[in-house]
Amino acid sequence: MTNDKLIQVKDLKKYYKKGVIKALDGVTVDINRGDVMVVIGPSGSGKSTLLRSLNLLEEPTSGSIIFENVDITNKKIDINKHRQKMGMVFQHFNLFPHKTILENMILAPVEVKKVPVDEAKAKAMELLKRVGLEDRADAYPIQLSGGQKQRIAIVRALCMEPDVMLFDEPTSALDPEMVGEVLDVMKELAHEGMTMVVVTHEMGFAREVGNRVLFMADGKLVEEGTPEDIFEHPQSERLQDFLSKVL
Amino acid sequence: MTWDYRQLFIDGLVCTVSLSALTVIFGFILALLLAVMRLSKWQPFGFLALDKHGHLREDGFLAALGRFNPVSFIASVYVELFRATPMLVQLFIIYYVVFANIDIPSFKLFGTIRFERFVPGVVALSLNSAAYLSEIIRSGIQSIDGGQTEAARSLGLTQAQNMRFIILPQAIKNILPAIANEFVTIIKESSICYTIGVGEIMYAVTSIKGATFRIAEPLVVATAVYFCLTFPTSKIIEHFERKMSVGDKR
Repeated sequence: MTNDKLIQVKDLKKYYKKGVIKALDGVTVDINRGDVMVVIGPSGSGKSTLLRSLNLLEEPTSGSIIFENVDITNKKIDINKHRQKMGMVFQHFNLFPHKTILENMILAPVEVKKVPVDEAKAKAMELLKRVGLEDRADAYPIQLSGGQKQRIAIVRALCMEPDVMLFDEPTSALDPEMVGEVLDVMKELAHEGMTMVVVTHEMGFAREVGNRVLFMADGKLVEEGTPEDIFEHPQSERLQDFLSKVL
Repeated sequence: MTWDYRQLFIDGLVCTVSLSALTVIFGFILALLLAVMRLSKWQPFGFLALDKHGHLREDGFLAALGRFNPVSFIASVYVELFRATPMLVQLFIIYYVVFANIDIPSFKLFGTIRFERFVPGVVALSLNSAAYLSEIIRSGIQSIDGGQTEAARSLGLTQAQNMRFIILPQAIKNILPAIANEFVTIIKESSICYTIGVGEIMYAVTSIKGATFRIAEPLVVATAVYFCLTFPTSKIIEHFERKMSVGDKR
């Protein structure tokens, strides 16, 4: 089912302070089912804003986002319905500290999708096993390491069986030795065919796992292509300059 | 000698406890409502702030009107009003003005509490403590990291579900010491209701004073009774605090 458009972003703009700050300045991009799209760029380039706009955590100033053929920027639609199908993983994990790992995972399935508790628990345990954390089901988030927390955050989102996973700098807040374990889970997810949009500074991951790379600067989409295009044959000066600094 | 009047103190104790308990319940519910009102993002005139292209105006009268949230405004006015005026004035206004035209069945609750005076007392205390409690709850809600809401909403939870399952449980845990403080304050403040003839503990003191011309002994007893009420209250809440902080331990 490649080339089937899952998300279409059309001329998306996000302005702050009368447009003095243009976090997003007219971004148009299609995300196909099965894509692993990696968004790179200098800080302040709008890549996180773009990602957070995809599930409307950030409300765009203008433009539209069509997700599964529904314009979710339309104020009349029930955004909660569509958010269920978009999993999101944050830089700072955002696990719920007053709930155990298992409770963190089953909350949304049980309360939002009305899945029976037993069923949700079984599914959560299965996912925990996959990331090797089934023995921590009854622990609280504070008892886990950063890498473990992020793996939990990923499987918590997977519990809702999303159609796309959004990653907002998932490894930026981790100690270096924990980055690998999180990237491994993401790699596995990509190989299973999950549609993913990943904002990251991990160029190795972008190169190895991504099938498309977006380079953003100043709120604009500057260059787009396969990892090979972007990393081996960068066209624009901005990208060449950026790569010379990060590689 | 005060011993002969022990029944007055027992009646007073029953009255103070019912007065405080009802105030805590009604005050807390009202406070929760006020806090949610104050933090609401409702902008009924939001459409006025849009220009003809559908973009948000940045400034000017219409932009300000668009940002205006009447619900939040009403809650703010309420809180400021009740915090800026003396409790005694509020109590008198409620009893002598508001309830002057409201007919309350006059009977004796538990055989001793004069209902028609008790109700205005509960109302005044609840309205007053709600103003303070709502500020505590608001600060508790605002102290929770925005990432929690983002995570909850990204999972498809509605704003109401986010409040119920994620924000309030954490907020209430954080503000429990302040709430305990307010509950203790309610027990102590309830003594002011003797001025409208509610038969609580201080009412017993003045009755005994009138009958015996002695003030020191009944005051000592009243002090002891109040202490025996407030001290366990704060200890019980401390216990809940420990129980709720399980997620904090490594």
